[in-house]
Amino acid sequence: MMEQRVHDRGGWPDAGLIDRAEHTYAMWEKRTDAIRGLLGAKHIIRTDDLRRAIESIEPVKYERLSYYERWLVAVEALLVEKGFLTHEEVDRKMEEWQTCER
Amino acid sequence: MAAKFQPGDRVRIRVGSPPGHFRTPAYVQGKTGVVEVLHGAFPNPESLAHGGDGLPKQFLYLVRFDQTSVWPHYLTTLQDKLLIDIYEHWLEPA
Repeated sequence: MMEQRVHDRGGWPDAGLIDRAEHTYAMWEKRTDAIRGLLGAKHIIRTDDLRRAIESIEPVKYERLSYYERWLVAVEALLVEKGFLTHEEVDRKMEEWQTCER
Repeated sequence: MAAKFQPGDRVRIRVGSPPGHFRTPAYVQGKTGVVEVLHGAFPNPESLAHGGDGLPKQFLYLVRFDQTSVWPHYLTTLQDKLLIDIYEHWLEPA
């Protein structure tokens, strides 16, 4: 039996039924999709890069995150890996925004 | 470079879990199917996902399985098929 990784869900034990209910996307989810699209158009992140980065999320964290949260984590990891951003820059920006909202 | 398989050929999916990105789900590994379509040659996603150039290109096939051969407890219509794209380096003759 081969090792089955967390994203490889076909036949996953106790996976339960697929939720096929339609749902609307939040603005941050649409923005995440748009950012990924732009990074793809600029040849910065490939589809295969994104898949690999999503599959690399630690399994417990992977289970906790929603679909687009996984995208965000993966996009940040890839931008850091490719030298466009540092985690510190991302954290600093998030702190600035949280301060603005108070 | 010529494709190793043609439509109608019986193929077995290799079993493995290489450390990086790959597009062969666990549920078809070790299973035997039939080549339905030869799609052509494409850059290898296992290379593209890790900053590589995807070369040499890999032939990609649409492979057909009986659902009953993929899922041990498959209970509905016996004629149901699974169709899935698999790259050539994951295939061996069966």
